[in-house]
Amino acid sequence: MSRFSLDNESIAREIISRYPRPKSALIPLLHLAQEQDGWVTIDAMRHIAELTGTTPAEVMGTGSFYEMFKFHPVGRYVINICSNITCQLMGAESLLEHAEAKLGVKVGGTTADGLFTLEDVECIAACTEAPALQVNYRYRLRVTAEDFDQLVDDIRSGTARDIPEHGTLSLVRQSIPADRGAGIVPPEQAREVSVWMARNDAAEQN
Amino acid sequence: MTNTEAKTTLSVTIDGEVFEARPGELLIEACERAGTYIPRFCYHSRMKPVGMCRMCLVEVDTGRGPALQPACMLPCSDGMTVSTETPGTRKVQAGILEYLLINHPLDCPVCDKGGECPLQDQTVAYGPGESRFVEEKRHYEKPIPINDNVFLDRERCILCDRCTRFADTVAGDKLIHFMDRGNNTQVNTFPDEPFASYFSGNTVQICPVGALTARPYRFKARPWDLDETVSTAWTDSAGARVAVQSSRDKVIRLLGIDSDPVNWGWLSDKERFAFEALNSDDRLTAPLTRVGDHLVPTGWSTALERAVSLLSDADPDRVAVIGGARLTNESQYAWAKLAKGVIGTDNVDSQLADGLDPELVLGLPRATIDEACTPGGTIILCGPDPKEEIGSLYLRLRHAVVHDDARLIELTPTATGLSPVAAHSLHPRPGEVADLARALVEAANGGPAVSAAGVSAEEISSAAVAIDGSVTIIIGRASLAESADCVTDAALQLAALPGSRFLSALRRGNIHGALDSGLAPGLLPGRTTIEAGAARFADAWPSTPASRGLDTAGILAAAADGRIDVLVLLGSDPINDFAGRPLAAAALETVPNVIALDMLVNDSIAMAADVVLAASGATESAGTFTNLEGRISVCRQRVTPPGTARADWMIASEIARRLGFDLGFDSVESIRAEIAAVSVVHSGLDEKALAEALVDGLLIGGSGDIMVPGVVGVSPSAHDAYSLRLVASRSMYDDGVALRNSPSSRGLARSVTLRLNPTDFDKIGVDRGTVVRTESAVGRLLVPVEPDPGVPVGSAVLPWAAPGSPANTLIDPFSTVTDVRVERA
Ligand code: SF4
Ligand code: FES
Ligand code: FES
Repeated sequence: MSRFSLDNESIAREIISRYPRPKSALIPLLHLAQEQDGWVTIDAMRHIAELTGTTPAEVMGTGSFYEMFKFHPVGRYVINICSNITCQLMGAESLLEHAEAKLGVKVGGTTADGLFTLEDVECIAACTEAPALQVNYRYRLRVTAEDFDQLVDDIRSGTARDIPEHGTLSLVRQSIPADRGAGIVPPEQAREVSVWMARNDAAEQN
Repeated sequence: MTNTEAKTTLSVTIDGEVFEARPGELLIEACERAGTYIPRFCYHSRMKPVGMCRMCLVEVDTGRGPALQPACMLPCSDGMTVSTETPGTRKVQAGILEYLLINHPLDCPVCDKGGECPLQDQTVAYGPGESRFVEEKRHYEKPIPINDNVFLDRERCILCDRCTRFADTVAGDKLIHFMDRGNNTQVNTFPDEPFASYFSGNTVQICPVGALTARPYRFKARPWDLDETVSTAWTDSAGARVAVQSSRDKVIRLLGIDSDPVNWGWLSDKERFAFEALNSDDRLTAPLTRVGDHLVPTGWSTALERAVSLLSDADPDRVAVIGGARLTNESQYAWAKLAKGVIGTDNVDSQLADGLDPELVLGLPRATIDEACTPGGTIILCGPDPKEEIGSLYLRLRHAVVHDDARLIELTPTATGLSPVAAHSLHPRPGEVADLARALVEAANGGPAVSAAGVSAEEISSAAVAIDGSVTIIIGRASLAESADCVTDAALQLAALPGSRFLSALRRGNIHGALDSGLAPGLLPGRTTIEAGAARFADAWPSTPASRGLDTAGILAAAADGRIDVLVLLGSDPINDFAGRPLAAAALETVPNVIALDMLVNDSIAMAADVVLAASGATESAGTFTNLEGRISVCRQRVTPPGTARADWMIASEIARRLGFDLGFDSVESIRAEIAAVSVVHSGLDEKALAEALVDGLLIGGSGDIMVPGVVGVSPSAHDAYSLRLVASRSMYDDGVALRNSPSSRGLARSVTLRLNPTDFDKIGVDRGTVVRTESAVGRLLVPVEPDPGVPVGSAVLPWAAPGSPANTLIDPFSTVTDVRVERA
């Protein structure tokens, strides 16, 4: 149950400053919250509401539309096994059963050590490589039962280095200096050409 | 671009008939005006359309062949052809209903909405008759409370976005929202953050299914068992129009009526649920007289005899009447006639030092709510927080600012419920609002901006620039800890703004009716004074007062001094409501005889009354009400009063008769006829006009004989560095006797805290919530303290009449401001 850390709060303010209206920053801030705690906590939503001048109900209403925001604790590694038609034809069902047995949890469950959450998902756009899965949204393709065991073992032993902890969107955080922002005026109030348009115009003339 | 030239009407063919629609008019509205009802769920005439439910799909042809279009989202265009009854339209209506009913439980027999449910009605009218859906419906926990009074049954919800849109765009309390997605989409609150809105009852009224229900009405009655009467809400001065509904002679529900100039169908929860106090088990069903320390029930003749003997023994100058805002116009007039004409005292005041100079309210040019809300105009708030005190007015003002480009400039001692949408919030030091007003007006009239009352020159000059278009100034008491004279002086300054008009925000029920009825020292009914009006009353009244009497503060001071023999409490409770509790207590202890007219025993009655005459309530007697604009609307009797309680005007007539004078009234109509005959401003008040103005009321304009008072010239004493200046402001739910007797509202009075600017808070050196000693020249309170950046440095804000910590303990009614020391307890 945590609010943003001081570091993350300053990142949050920087994100908010990129948008004409603070409310527009809701989705990136929800990602930031999920990155901090692995899931979106109640206090984080309160904090986002304070920072963006919205209500916690609006923050939750916006965030809960998206499956990939978790509003309850999940494992540090969330495994999504595709169960849509192509993967199903290629053995996803038995893979899922195998995964349940290997991890000792049912679909939707989290292992007792808090390391894994197992989910089934609809098509993840990897039909040509079926059956497919994602771990914290990193792909594993044409997955066999042995591959799955190896994956779990690698994660347990810390050798699956390409997979960051749940909530991490990217390993490099983008930062946009103020002078490269899109201009902070709401469109209906804009009297001057926005910074980026002026820059593009200048580039064209050169 | 000749075809876009502004046309005044557009011709639309609706089911074969040509109809002239207005430019910009939505098709659903044009059809309705043409007499063709298009079924709908999400569309609501007072909110922006969202096209959520698709129930209003009709076949529309704009020249490219018929296509299904949502009538609630489609503005009319010239030459448009609409078919609301073709097989295509019928099929889609049946289809939409079949979809909506997939997850909707068929529990109509146990649903409160059954019988008045748009979903039920429209399914009967347009539905398929049978559903092809045989699978299991979606399940949710059956109703969950979303606040203390409102329950939400998510299984019944059809996701029309009416409640959530209301919370967001009308009330500005975005505490309910759609959560989750797809089949799981539901309305809900944030965990542990209830829908704490003063306006939550409106969502229950506009929900087109039985998903939202309110505690006071749940499982109480069926719509077809209800009797209904058009009336006026009585808990504040907005005069919101209501339908009072009863079953078996008991009021069980109030619904808002859409009156275009007033409340647009909305009500505050206080207006909506306050009828519960009238059903309280503690209601007086018979008069009481004092026997030793107790008030015991007695018969009317005994009680009246006792009251009359007290009155006839007393010298008229030693009789005083306090109160009257609870009464109907007719009862107020009867009491004015009894007190001023028969008994012969002018010590009559309906305000309890919580109002304004009546001559200021009646003498200044007045604005209507509509005029205040003129699109693009300027609203200057020099009064109380409308969200806390006059809920329906708040909703109208908020709409004007948020949706109609009006600019709000606040001159209030602290932030209000409108501050989030205000263009400029200037917070003067308590007692100095007139200085701020002067500086603002000077800057607006082209002079240099100078800082004033603790507000910087920059703030004043940017606010001055914003003053444009029609200017309405809302006047009232933002704080009861500074004197009304401060507002008088500020209002007179602001009157110099060109074209400015004033809207009174005196809050107490029918207080504007009371002022129009002459229940104030120096006034006679019909906006006239005892000097100017005496001649007009010569025939109808036995006499009129020769000289101006005392106001409530004067009356109580005289009473405490032993100079009042009989005090009449006309539905008033000075202990809790007078701005100065120590003086009220001293007066009630000293005054030898107190006669009260009331519905419930309040603290002042319990302490001092000798005779209590049981009065009927707002839904139990007929009459009219005057709202803050001066608009008269009817209050109709819906149920019989409990026991032998009777209307206040009947009690006045009885007392007069026993004093040897016939007031000449045998009905409210006979009183209205006399008002119309003697008043300079009420000549248009006749039964026919009143009947025709059933929904919108009858606006009584003009100042009559009242002249605007002169500048008082207040100058608050300098305050020492150790003191803070008190701001005592009202909140929607307080510890008044009516709310104590309303089960739905009782729990809503907020626990009291003293709020200080963080800088001042830090100086005390205690934790948030610590109980501190707050001491003024006249009294002391122990209250928890907390920091609040919305409070200016040097001020201390305390809610009025909060349970257990009455702010009026600290107030001296004769001083301009109230300074307090706040120290560790
Ligand atoms: S609760 Fe009622 S008003 Fe609210 S979205 Fe559901 S059906 Fe509409
Ligand atoms: S069906 Fe599994 S990735 Fe498309
Ligand atoms: S009424 Fe038009 S879509 Fe709901």
